[in-house]
Amino acid sequence: MLKLSQLATAVALVVAGNAAFAGEVEVLHWWTAGGEAKSVGELKTIMQGKGHTWKDFAVAGGGGDNAMTVLKSRVVSGNPPAAAQIKGPALQEWAAEGVLANLDATAKAEKWDELLPKGVADIMKYKGNYIAAPVNVHRVNWMWANKAVLDKAGVKGTPKTWDEFFSAADKVKKAGLIAVAHGGQNWQDFTTFESVVLGVGGAKFYSDALIKLDQKALTSATMTKSLETFRKIKGYTDAAAPGRDWNLATAMVIQEKAAFQFMGDWAKGEFAAAGKVPGKDYICAAAPGTDKAYTFNVDSFAMFKLKDAAAQKAQADLAASIMGTQFQEVFNLNKGSIPVRLNMDMSKFDDCAKLSAKDFVATSKTGALLPSIAHGMAVKPAAEGAIKDAVSQFWNDDKISIADGVKNIAKAAATK
Amino acid sequence: MKTFENLLPKLVIAPGFVLGFAFIYGFMIWNGVLSVTGSRMLPNYDEFVGLEQYVRLWDMDRWYVALKNLGIFSTLYVGGSLVLGMVLAIFLDQKVRAEGFLRTVYLYPMALSFIVTGTAWKWILNPSLGLEKLMHDMGWASFSFDWLVQSETAIYCVVIAGIWQSAGFAMALFLAGLRGIDDSIIKAAQIDGASLPRIYWRIILPILRPVMFSTILVLSHLSIKSFDLVMALTNGGPGYATDVPATFMFVMSFNRGQIGLGAASATMMLATVAALVVPYLYSELRAKPHDR
Repeated sequence: MLKLSQLATAVALVVAGNAAFAGEVEVLHWWTAGGEAKSVGELKTIMQGKGHTWKDFAVAGGGGDNAMTVLKSRVVSGNPPAAAQIKGPALQEWAAEGVLANLDATAKAEKWDELLPKGVADIMKYKGNYIAAPVNVHRVNWMWANKAVLDKAGVKGTPKTWDEFFSAADKVKKAGLIAVAHGGQNWQDFTTFESVVLGVGGAKFYSDALIKLDQKALTSATMTKSLETFRKIKGYTDAAAPGRDWNLATAMVIQEKAAFQFMGDWAKGEFAAAGKVPGKDYICAAAPGTDKAYTFNVDSFAMFKLKDAAAQKAQADLAASIMGTQFQEVFNLNKGSIPVRLNMDMSKFDDCAKLSAKDFVATSKTGALLPSIAHGMAVKPAAEGAIKDAVSQFWNDDKISIADGVKNIAKAAATK
Repeated sequence: MKTFENLLPKLVIAPGFVLGFAFIYGFMIWNGVLSVTGSRMLPNYDEFVGLEQYVRLWDMDRWYVALKNLGIFSTLYVGGSLVLGMVLAIFLDQKVRAEGFLRTVYLYPMALSFIVTGTAWKWILNPSLGLEKLMHDMGWASFSFDWLVQSETAIYCVVIAGIWQSAGFAMALFLAGLRGIDDSIIKAAQIDGASLPRIYWRIILPILRPVMFSTILVLSHLSIKSFDLVMALTNGGPGYATDVPATFMFVMSFNRGQIGLGAASATMMLATVAALVVPYLYSELRAKPHDR
């Protein structure tokens, strides 16, 4: 296979430019859109301030699938970048391949163990050693609502339970508007599903069913109830939802065509870009029944093993900078997420981010701080993909009975 | 000198042979090897799992959906393009004026990539953007065409877009075939008192058999590798209702870190193609000496 790996090197070189020099960090990421690119620029400035050279290795393409393909060819050919945007259990898979560097020295000097909630820190570790630096926290179990639409429909207050939600949605429907703006892509179906399971079953059930993949929980009556609720929501979406991008669904809420959307806090960027003010124009609230819990999606940079000593030093500085207060604040202001550090000053952030940060700290103490399965934080890609398939198939095909839906999801969860 | 002249053809053909062998058959073998390993995110040759990946593959509902979709798509796509192309070619063969212009119009979709076709039809078939909305705006409120968003019917939308793309190509081939037919045969048939439909059915179509076979050959390989059309039009959705083996393989290998499983599905695709092509090649190669 030697020949083939050399070929891969050649291909990767054409794609990525040339090999690394001393004191240089090459960072693979797919943050190429407006606010995201600005956020990365901040990290670059910090690194240059410390005397290192920054080499951007940006591969466009939303979910990072393209970037991962390029990264694999680089790693297989023995020429990895210094850092790459990898998150969740995929970190463990990379670490198991033996290509990631140990960041314990930096982590100890910077006191990461004290700054990070345990649930987040565990994801950044492989066999007890830090292998990645977390960048931000996105909350996934949000519900976004347009205030004007709710007023028009005569809905008072924000629904706190699913029953309240359905009665509110009925009122919106009666007023001739779409109750739920949904983008029918499998990950969006899955995002809604995750919030429903958390809202119906609570944190303990979510953890048993969707993190530990316990078959007893997956086939329980609570799961049946979750799927009933999940299917009921579909009745409040419009016919054109399948295939719609998430930001178009958000636009429906912004433009007063729809009342609610279930989506992570990156949706806030769309509201902000349209000049909307939280609390006045739109409402951000935890999805019904989930206000005492928090599903998180943490982006992180994994550090690869490098031979050059100067490059290793630059890499350690990069890891420290990522967790530093300056970067955490500026980056997350641009990105719409919140800092992953627990003791940050939130005064510059908006109300939604403040609520998010408050709940983040509170749930980290009660054990209700949970990794999001829909965003690749909870289980390995194989099982996640299989469950996503089953959930999305259930959502899209009304002929699948609730009992079969439960069975399909439980079977998918057994994928290794 | 004599030996050099003998060697020369072999030397010339050697690089092509080596490259072809390495990059076609070498990769096939590599893929076969991967499919019996437990490779997940990166290729892993140490973990031999035998046929486990194939067992997993044939245990997945999604794989059956992909196979069923391939069957539906290739049958309707090849058949539909053939029939529509044939009809267009016969109409265009009636010595109409501006034939060159019309031919270009019909052939134009072929100049577009499947990605463009898929994206355009995604908008046309979307109930709230395209055809359905147009009809509603024009006052036909009860019109409903939401195939694209229904799990059972979405694959037929892929068929529609595919036929739209390829019917013009089939037409061009048939038209060339029709033009190659000797007028005197038709005239003789007319003298014998045969009606026009009868002449087409009994004389012209049988003459077009070879053209038909090359069209089927080209269209069926297009249908097996229809990856870009599905990706652009439905992205495999709703759910995975429009998955085909090619998109299945891509998703498993590159998005889900299941290279072994993806390789197994690729091997199954190769086996399917081989099952069709090998008998064909065999009959071709056997027929050759006989012709001479």
